[in-house]
Amino acid sequence: MPTQQIAAELPRLIEKHEGKLLAEWLRLQEGSGALQSGRLSRGDLEKQSREFLAAFQRAIAGGNIDDVSAPSFANLRDLIEEVAQARATQGFSPRETTTFVFSLKQPLFNLISAEYGDKPELIVSQAWTISTLLDQFGLQTMESYQKNREDVIRRQQEEISELSTPVVQLWNGILALPLIGTLDSSRTQVVMENLLQRIVDTEAEIAIIDITGVPTVDTLVAQHLLKTVAAARLMGADCLISGIRPQIAQTIVHLGVELNVVSKATMADAFAIALQRIGSTITRSEKGNKG
Amino acid sequence: MERIPILKMGDALLVTIQVDMHDRLAMTLQDDLTARIVKHRSKGVLIDISALEIVDSFIGRMLDNIAAMSKILDAETVVVGMRPAVAITLVELGLSLKGVRTALNVERGMDVIRARLSGGDVDLVRQSS
Repeated sequence: MPTQQIAAELPRLIEKHEGKLLAEWLRLQEGSGALQSGRLSRGDLEKQSREFLAAFQRAIAGGNIDDVSAPSFANLRDLIEEVAQARATQGFSPRETTTFVFSLKQPLFNLISAEYGDKPELIVSQAWTISTLLDQFGLQTMESYQKNREDVIRRQQEEISELSTPVVQLWNGILALPLIGTLDSSRTQVVMENLLQRIVDTEAEIAIIDITGVPTVDTLVAQHLLKTVAAARLMGADCLISGIRPQIAQTIVHLGVELNVVSKATMADAFAIALQRIGSTITRSEKGNKG
Repeated sequence: MERIPILKMGDALLVTIQVDMHDRLAMTLQDDLTARIVKHRSKGVLIDISALEIVDSFIGRMLDNIAAMSKILDAETVVVGMRPAVAITLVELGLSLKGVRTALNVERGMDVIRARLSGGDVDLVRQSS
């Protein structure tokens, strides 16, 4: 049977047995655990499945059954994207997400074999067409799912890089830059821009770069640090580096990196130096002495 | 010919770069400045580059050179008002202007020069005040 004929036959079959198909499909999806974790309600699953089946039926009725990028499939493609995105956001695994589409195979095969029981060659050709179609949709589901996950990862990366480069004003004229995480070139750029802009805004004279949260310092990280220090100096602000852990001090010396910057073990020490440089001192008040 | 004005303020010279620097202008500035330092026996040079938006390696080197020349003529150069983008560019170009003193704005730059004129370091002066 040529594909045109299938295109004419199949939608009619689906329409005729829609209720039975849907029930069997839902049962299979439930069997594979689509509802188990409670992330998806039975009503939602049923609604999605019903919409999918209806869109599927309309799409193949529109002909062009070999070309899933045809305009007649646009509706179905949108629906698949919607479902895949929803699943990705709800935290479904890739397997659970694609099962939505693939589990439709069996009910459709059952339908065909019941209908054309006496004509095996028809069953084979129909099954092949349906299988190919559903495979395409499965792949598309996967693609949409993956794209959604990648978007999430990209957004999180941006959030992390924003979160981990705050510039804090410690005192009038003293800024602190607590660095968290590894410094790569793109982050150094962000850190540098933030710091320099804050130096302009606050007219700071001294910036303390705290590297307590930097897990490792290799030559590249050291180079990035020194770049930041040099840029701040060009703006007329001095930099102190604090929060150097014992292992990092050892690494820096073993690597032969020349830091050439005033460095202190703790932020408190660096702050004391900074205060001294701008000519301020902190004294304990009378009240504090008694209390 | 276009020139960058050099203003005399007591023992210091003030140079405000308001236009985009091109190479010839930079060379002229270098000539003029060294001549003025000798003429007025200036002890400090303040270069305000807050209006400078674009730098290249040539301008960066010129700043370094001016500082070195002034030092030979016993004047201290302070570059003030560098924009963040300019600072980042210079660092990326590998020019960290080690021989040049910097300050955030003209006011701070004058403090540095005044401190030198009174014979002490800027920190010492400010602490005694």
